[in-house]
Amino acid sequence: MTKIKSLDDLRQKKQQLEQSMDIREKSDHPENLVQIKVAMATCGIASGARTVMNALVEKIKKENIPAVVTQTGCMGYCYAEPTVEVTKPGFDPVVFSYVDVKKAEEIVDKYILNNELIDGILPANYQTI
Amino acid sequence: MNDLALHLLDIVQNSLGAGATFIAVHIDENPRNNTLSMSVEDNGCGMNEEQLQKLSDPFFTSRTTRRVGLGVPLLRQTAEQSGGNLEVVSQPGKGTCLKACFQYDHLDRPPLGDVANAMVLMISANTGVDFAYRYTYNGKSYEISTLQLKDALGDTPLNDLYIMEMIEEMIKENQNDLKVCQIE
Repeated sequence: MTKIKSLDDLRQKKQQLEQSMDIREKSDHPENLVQIKVAMATCGIASGARTVMNALVEKIKKENIPAVVTQTGCMGYCYAEPTVEVTKPGFDPVVFSYVDVKKAEEIVDKYILNNELIDGILPANYQTI
Repeated sequence: MNDLALHLLDIVQNSLGAGATFIAVHIDENPRNNTLSMSVEDNGCGMNEEQLQKLSDPFFTSRTTRRVGLGVPLLRQTAEQSGGNLEVVSQPGKGTCLKACFQYDHLDRPPLGDVANAMVLMISANTGVDFAYRYTYNGKSYEISTLQLKDALGDTPLNDLYIMEMIEEMIKENQNDLKVCQIE
């Protein structure tokens, strides 16, 4: 595979990608996406949120799940960082605590794909505004 | 914080919290002059004199979820213990510029870490914000901005997983090139 070095390479690669699959599909229906938010304030980052975010991105790519991974700030659960909030379409958000790479994969495998709840869910006592 | 890229992620969160729509990140690695600096400039709401003075106080924070704010104090500590310093210039309504300097060969300077990955994570998680990234190695620079990326990619979102991977690869390739072509 050729290496991507310039914006032109990027443009070409994108076109190849678009031919092989429909990557644009996502942006058209944001409401059908699984929203994954990784808490990335000082507390989260220091306890490994970046590794978790990379693991989540890797995993949803592997499983081909229509999802977006974004960052959020501190939710006040510093003791339980890294925390990850998952909102499946039509469901209330669920916050998972003490997430590491293994747990991140478990969240995708069990909760996102099979609706199974796993250990370490934090009580939701806030609302996203 | 294990490396400077993590500090970068953290500091940029502050800019986002200040409502910035444009954030410029500059990493300047200069082994020749024995310096390493990292700066983040944003067009957020800025800080007044009082806030600026209290910035390095870990018990000062503008957030309401908790009473401590460790991001800037931790970075200041890291910079000072590795023979450097931290400067913050800010104007209310105009934005903030933060610059951390380090002594390159200081034993206590954390490794730079994976800045390309940090940039891609920030870009993809905040598609509404424009980022510019400049990496300088011994005076030679590589620059990339989300405006250029958006232009090249058209309406494909920057948070597409395959696109993210490609952008990261592109940044890494160019950074490596800067280093490789300067081996003496």
